[in-house]
Amino acid sequence: MRIEIAGQNALIVYFADRTSAAVSAQIQAAVARVQDRMRDCIVDLVPSYASLLVIFDLDRGDYFAVRKRLHAALTGLDRVDSAAGELVTLPVYYGAESGPDLEVIAERGGISAADVIAIHQQQEYRVYAIGFAPGFAYLGEVDERIAAPRLATPRQKVPRGAVAIADRQTAVYPSVSPGGWNLIGLCPTRMFDPVKTPSMPVKVGDRVRFEAISRDDYISLGGEL
Amino acid sequence: MSGFIVRQPGLLSLLHDRGRYGAHNLGLTTGGPLDFIAFDWANRLLGNDANATCLEVSFGGLTLDADIATSVVITGAEAPCKLNGAELPQWQTVDVAAGDRLEIGFASRGTRAYLAVRGGFDIAPSFGSSSTVVREKIGGLHGDKLQPGDRLPCGGGKLSTHSRLAENERPQYGDSASLRVVPGYQQAAFDELQQWRFFSSEYRLTERCDRMGFRLEGETVHSNMVGMLSEGICHGAIQIPADGQPIVLMNDRQTIGGYPKIGSVIAEDTARLSQLSPGATVHFEKISIEQAHNIHCLERARFERTRAQSC
Repeated sequence: MRIEIAGQNALIVYFADRTSAAVSAQIQAAVARVQDRMRDCIVDLVPSYASLLVIFDLDRGDYFAVRKRLHAALTGLDRVDSAAGELVTLPVYYGAESGPDLEVIAERGGISAADVIAIHQQQEYRVYAIGFAPGFAYLGEVDERIAAPRLATPRQKVPRGAVAIADRQTAVYPSVSPGGWNLIGLCPTRMFDPVKTPSMPVKVGDRVRFEAISRDDYISLGGEL
Repeated sequence: MSGFIVRQPGLLSLLHDRGRYGAHNLGLTTGGPLDFIAFDWANRLLGNDANATCLEVSFGGLTLDADIATSVVITGAEAPCKLNGAELPQWQTVDVAAGDRLEIGFASRGTRAYLAVRGGFDIAPSFGSSSTVVREKIGGLHGDKLQPGDRLPCGGGKLSTHSRLAENERPQYGDSASLRVVPGYQQAAFDELQQWRFFSSEYRLTERCDRMGFRLEGETVHSNMVGMLSEGICHGAIQIPADGQPIVLMNDRQTIGGYPKIGSVIAEDTARLSQLSPGATVHFEKISIEQAHNIHCLERARFERTRAQSC
């Protein structure tokens, strides 16, 4: 673990050079500790793949004091259970209608579209980071057989709820936006709802499983086509 | 509720309080005024809460009609301001009456003007803040910049005594700035020669400067990083993508990103940077974290100590 300066009122903690389930669980535990012990001087936290950005209030603590407290708060975090983190199941209506890139991914891997759908559900993913847009959770890692590079030309409009793959990551688009990921299905669960508490069903460090549902179930769960 | 009616919204007029904090974990950015110095003075001159909601008027072109009696002030960029067609001084509180027309013309020096009303605009907070972030469709009236016909509610009530900030205390907006930088993040990945190039060269603001980031052009700088994991980006961070041209990340930056960063510009100087126009020049000055803290404390003490004049 390494603590570096990020800016005038920000420190960044690097937990590892690579990401893994264990590192992600460690970061989730770090967030909880910092929130618990340093609430008085912390303005915001940004957990990501292998790091945690800690933004502090310069009127409530200087770099030296905050760094010292941060170091103390993070001591002993090396032994976090990598199975930690809540397990969240997200329903997906997979198919040609909801996932226009299913065939392309299948062809790339020399497998059938049904295989792509089955393989996508086999894995338990970890929420490595949230960013890009409100509620956009980066989930990893996708099985190599269904990993696919981003589209050469991003789509102008990806629908809300689109379940997508880019390289070895998967995500559910929280709102209508442009996007270059490969679309394989639609999820009726709102990934970001500004008027709901909590506004997201997942947080960094949680585990996610996808579960196939029918078109009818998708509609009855509030999904739109 | 009474307040102001938007007749001409201008190029980019946004409602802002001091910003949205504690929601980065959801991917929400900070928002808030690009020039917090002019913003703070606007609220201070009116005796408002420091976090009261104001209008950030970028480049100008705003016309509002009042249907309430209140006091207002316009700080920040120098622009021709008018009340019912008559010239209106900036950095000075004034009364408006129901039926009055308030105009902020196009900025001649600086780019961001701040219009504050007594008590602040009455905007329901979203994730703890009224700040408008258009990209996220969050904050303000409807998560968007002002539109013709929008109603800006506020409580009203005139001040009993008016005040102004003395001319010699007002920030000067020019066409260059020195930006003080705390080295950090991947700074070790920029070797001595690259650091020397970066800190000794002049950079020009391109046309692509907005609330997310200010793209500069000048001497190219390269790091020896080969691929990196996305990580949290703090305010003022200087990102250097593959083309070697720095981008200073501002209030509406994305919360995470995967480009190497050489350090971060201190907030006091991103405020100054935000008042510059494309073509303006900047250079970067390396300072220590101790100096960065000193500057913060000194500027704050100066703000507290500076008295407004009664008028």
